Amino acid sequence: MRILLLALRRAASSLPTLLILLIGLFLLLQLAPGDTVDALVAQIGGGDPKMIEELRRFYGLDVSVAVQLGRYVWRLLQLDLGFSAIYGKPVSAVILERLPATLLLMGSSLSFAFAAGMALGVFSARRVNKWPDTIISTLGLVFYATPSFWFGLMGIVIFAVHLGWLPAGGLEEIGAGYTGLRRILDIAWHLVLPTLTLALIFLATYLRIMRASMLEVLTLDFVRTARAKGLSPGRVVSRHVLRNALLPMVTLIGLQAGTMLGGSVVVESVFALPGLGRLAYEAVVQRDLNTLLGIVFVSALLVIAVNFIVDILYARLDPRIVT
Amino acid sequence: MESLKRIGKSPTAVIGLILLILVIGMALSAPYLFPRDPLSLAGRPLQWPFANSRFWLGTDTTGRDIAAQIFHGARVSLLIGLVATALAITIGIVVGAVAGYYGGVVDDVLMRVTEAFQTLPNFLLLLVLVAVFGTDIKTVTIAIGLVSWPASARLTRAEFLSLRSREFVQACRTLGMRDIQIIFREILPNALPPVIVYASVIMAVAILLESSLAFLSLSDPNVPSWGNLIGTGRSVLRTQWYVSAIPGGAILLTVLAVSLVGQGLNDALNPRLKSR
Repeated sequence: MRILLLALRRAASSLPTLLILLIGLFLLLQLAPGDTVDALVAQIGGGDPKMIEELRRFYGLDVSVAVQLGRYVWRLLQLDLGFSAIYGKPVSAVILERLPATLLLMGSSLSFAFAAGMALGVFSARRVNKWPDTIISTLGLVFYATPSFWFGLMGIVIFAVHLGWLPAGGLEEIGAGYTGLRRILDIAWHLVLPTLTLALIFLATYLRIMRASMLEVLTLDFVRTARAKGLSPGRVVSRHVLRNALLPMVTLIGLQAGTMLGGSVVVESVFALPGLGRLAYEAVVQRDLNTLLGIVFVSALLVIAVNFIVDILYARLDPRIVT
Repeated sequence: MESLKRIGKSPTAVIGLILLILVIGMALSAPYLFPRDPLSLAGRPLQWPFANSRFWLGTDTTGRDIAAQIFHGARVSLLIGLVATALAITIGIVVGAVAGYYGGVVDDVLMRVTEAFQTLPNFLLLLVLVAVFGTDIKTVTIAIGLVSWPASARLTRAEFLSLRSREFVQACRTLGMRDIQIIFREILPNALPPVIVYASVIMAVAILLESSLAFLSLSDPNVPSWGNLIGTGRSVLRTQWYVSAIPGGAILLTVLAVSLVGQGLNDALNPRLKSR
């Protein structure tokens, strides 16, 4: 219970930061050349000045920046993200439509990176400085240096174009009309390549941290005691070392939640996934500043939520953390 | 000196240095080997590598020489990486040093700002900055520097927190030195090694960030950037995959070189890790 309260307090303390962030971004976006109406008019191929003026009034762009900011913050406090002129519906509706794909992608990538990074890290640490360790560490370095979008493209060339094993893009087979389990399998099928692509860099980091953390914990006194008790090496690792070595890994999840969201912008563009990241890209290209701000807001909330979960996980893993 | 020797002994660092020298060599030799504008029309489009001896890496969708773009791209990537990293490190050091040295309210405010930057995914912030200020190469470089500083600020702050109450700092205070002098001439040199090592991480990420932006065609289209070339090759990915594959390999090698050298530096400067 105390843990929950603590985590809640920490999450709440990040809300003022969030507000500062959004005000800063709102002011920053005022510097952008052209507003939503300009973009809209350009899209429909010009319009007469009177209509443009009317549009400005409709979108609340005819008043001073200070008033706009005031209105914006007020709406934000009511969790109203405004109206997207490009999509013709509320920003919150646009974002909610796109959120599931991104959450799915992030969740599966994170799980894969965490599990594989942990397994490889443990494997590597138990054979430290022997050839399996060298190979795994080198692979980790190469993965870390690979641009994710390029890995994705090459994955498409090999697995979709040449071998034909996996689909080249999209979230599901459109028009196939699958339902139930068949649809879930189809979506999972489409997410294999994007998940691997997004997970690659994180896998490399997790593997490195897990290896270092295992090596550190293995030198501690309680491990020697466990060995002296006559426990088998496998049991020492699974019962005594693993739990302690996992702490830095869990910290890393919180630290990298934002990076992962940023990475999904690129990965979703490569695989044409209808997610939040691609929406951000489209919003930049179409100058849909309301939507862009909304995405920033939701992303920051997501990062805060992930850190909240990490706090709780942390306390569960290490009972010493209570205050 | 001893550190240099230790770098020489680690195989990863040596490989990294060789790769890095190779990339720097490419960047320096580009104007001599490929004196023509790399973005100008050179020959028939979409010639495969080795098919024509004039274009040993082939030509892209609009008939530009891929080899020329790779060599000139090395200049762009290294330059963006270096400048953005220098900017990020400078901001990070100043913010971290001031926050760590003074503590109290100054620390609180500066750390809140740092937190705000860390809460926001840096690629998203980069998108916003590019959307506002345009895609000129200078703007992109500055924007990458602006989104990359928070980690180095935290690192510097942590070092300053542990150094600020040491005897030598107290001695400086008794001597009546000004704060600025103490921060930058006395404490900073002691706090610098981990930040310098971290610079290699920032540079690797900066190169990746630029290539991602360029891939999404949100970077400067008038510069021979590797990311731009990958983006161009995307339209012919199914058949002429080499247009995207070659520049990707170049990015991979460059980032690998930078991070290997960084790791070598880390091992050399951090004697506690010697045994690992």
